[in-house]
Amino acid sequence: MVKKRFGEFGGVFMPETLMAAIDELSDAFYSAIEDKEFNSELESLLKKYVGRPTALTKAENLSRKLGCGIYLKREDLAHTGAHKINNALGQALLAKRMGKKRIIAETGAGQHGTAVATVGAKLGLQTEIYMGDVDIERQKPNVYRMKLQGAKVNPVSSGSKTLKDAINECLRDWTASVETTHYLLGSVLGPAPYPDMVAYFQSIIGKEAKKQFLEETGVLPDSVVACVGGGSNAIGIFREFVEDKEVELLGVEAGGMGIETGKHAARFADPEFGRPGILHGSFTYVLQDKFGQIYNTHSVSAGLDYSAVGPEHVRLRELGRAKYGYATDEQALNAFKMLSEQEGIIPALESAHAVAYVINHASDFKGKQVIINLSGRGDKDIFHVAKETGESIGLVVKK
Amino acid sequence: MKRIENRFENRSEGGFENRSERILENRFEKRFLELKKKNEAGFMPFVVLGDPDFETSFKIMKALIDSGADALELGFAFSDPVADGPTVQEAGQRALKAGSNTLKCLELIKRIRSENNEIPISLLLYGNIVVQHGTDKFYSDCSTAGVDAVLLADVPAEESDEFVKSAKNYGIEPVFIVSPTTEEERLGTIIEKAGAYVYLVGVLGVTGARIEVQNMTVDLVKRIKPKTSLPVLVGFGISSSRNVKNVIEAGADGAIVGSAIVQKIKDNLGNSEKTIEEISDFARELKKATLSARP
Repeated sequence: MVKKRFGEFGGVFMPETLMAAIDELSDAFYSAIEDKEFNSELESLLKKYVGRPTALTKAENLSRKLGCGIYLKREDLAHTGAHKINNALGQALLAKRMGKKRIIAETGAGQHGTAVATVGAKLGLQTEIYMGDVDIERQKPNVYRMKLQGAKVNPVSSGSKTLKDAINECLRDWTASVETTHYLLGSVLGPAPYPDMVAYFQSIIGKEAKKQFLEETGVLPDSVVACVGGGSNAIGIFREFVEDKEVELLGVEAGGMGIETGKHAARFADPEFGRPGILHGSFTYVLQDKFGQIYNTHSVSAGLDYSAVGPEHVRLRELGRAKYGYATDEQALNAFKMLSEQEGIIPALESAHAVAYVINHASDFKGKQVIINLSGRGDKDIFHVAKETGESIGLVVKK
Repeated sequence: MKRIENRFENRSEGGFENRSERILENRFEKRFLELKKKNEAGFMPFVVLGDPDFETSFKIMKALIDSGADALELGFAFSDPVADGPTVQEAGQRALKAGSNTLKCLELIKRIRSENNEIPISLLLYGNIVVQHGTDKFYSDCSTAGVDAVLLADVPAEESDEFVKSAKNYGIEPVFIVSPTTEEERLGTIIEKAGAYVYLVGVLGVTGARIEVQNMTVDLVKRIKPKTSLPVLVGFGISSSRNVKNVIEAGADGAIVGSAIVQKIKDNLGNSEKTIEEISDFARELKKATLSARP
């Protein structure tokens, strides 16, 4: 079923030139998911190429320490090291189905860009990635990974030089190249069908997690926690649990240097500047001034550093079905270290926000069973974390 | 403020047959009828309000009118202008730096309107600016300021109902874009909703100067013209008097020139006299190209 709106949120706010391509994409997507051949090809690649299902690991040491049962959905173990590949693969197959020869994508942390470069190589599609200058600087390893896989990385130096501006550039490229190119948007953002389509491709996370958790414990978890930038990993794990009303769904935004400083990316937590507006194709919650100019956000993690949140999250929050909190840069950095030390798992800085939320609210979770979506691994972040914490690891990557 | 009610009833129900009966209140309609009588096409320059600063911006608009502009298309700066190329994006950044916001833009329009009551004024902006001002209030304030038409760059016909409703409440014409990728079925919907003029984007891509007018543009003008009684104006990539001539020869009723004018602001930053001199010369040249090129 074509889903353009989540309550009053979402929609298709796009320049006219892109409307035909968006209609084409919508038709292609909703027909593909009814097609056995498409689904079996996707399933096969998810299993044999991506390595799904990813494990559900009980974090024994952290559980003891915090007095609750913590299970990690290990998207860090998926090929390329994050959940982004689930969507990249689905959309790239769709691009081929539509006869497009070229894919373009924005990236913040570089995880989506890497996933797109990977599927571009695998499926023989010409790939270009747009990435803000600031993000290129803090995510060097991923930039190199994209290049190794044959993708062209276009630096974006306009505006805040982060994810928001990379999306602007993608839309501009797509406006000029729409006949041959598919825009492989990486989160549950943008004009319909993207929010619903990306959620569909990511919902495998929740399907697996629910099955795995039931197999291991025989019951449903009390809470499911995930970090929220645009919100694709969170929707990916939430959707399967939405009907299970007893399961609490918790999204964690980037609190940056603290809400009161204004240097953050917490759209829901900031009552002054976070409110409904139109950005990048969707009517959704956006950080903006009173005249509607979009704010530049701040987060230690590039993947959460974005001014808008996916419209489905706004709807889940409005319905009271999901709750949203935040973790600050400092809390995320602490969680990054704690998970590494306690469990031998280095989380992506993005995912560390979800871990941080549980650590900081440990008393709320006492005696409860919690699944945290560990949306990605943190190898890409080690240089940046070392720099943030003032440590030297001997390897300095200079510009 | 004069609130104009039910002016559009005839049109939505009965098409254009009652057109001659109503008073030509809309400045676009009036201006393009005058041009038609003179066998001229229209020249509509685009600038961003407040670029490079509010005082110079006022002088630039005045100069454009004095140099032959038949209408003005005015942009509101937006932090994330996805339909614009680098030239207009930078203009927006300059305007924001100069303190641009919705209220200041409306004030500036009022000022221009008090100088000239005849020139048709159209706005080009992004949906979020309207929504944050309050959609109904925005169109009401536009009407007070003397705006005739509004085009929202990121609000396609499918999402336009609420905006169009408010626009019509306050006698503002909603303008829509038609592009080479617009399919036949959507074209009908768009033309049905459109007021003032059809904004024809002749190229695939964002705003910005281009050297040649593509065949694509010419084909599109020919495709659209028979389908609407509104003037068809071509924009995006029109940067010289030669380009203007080409689109007029193809049958367009006018040409919209933006980035090439905005570029002159950037080239002469800090020297407003020279900016105005260059823009005036350029505007005269562009207007001249609309005089004799009609087929």
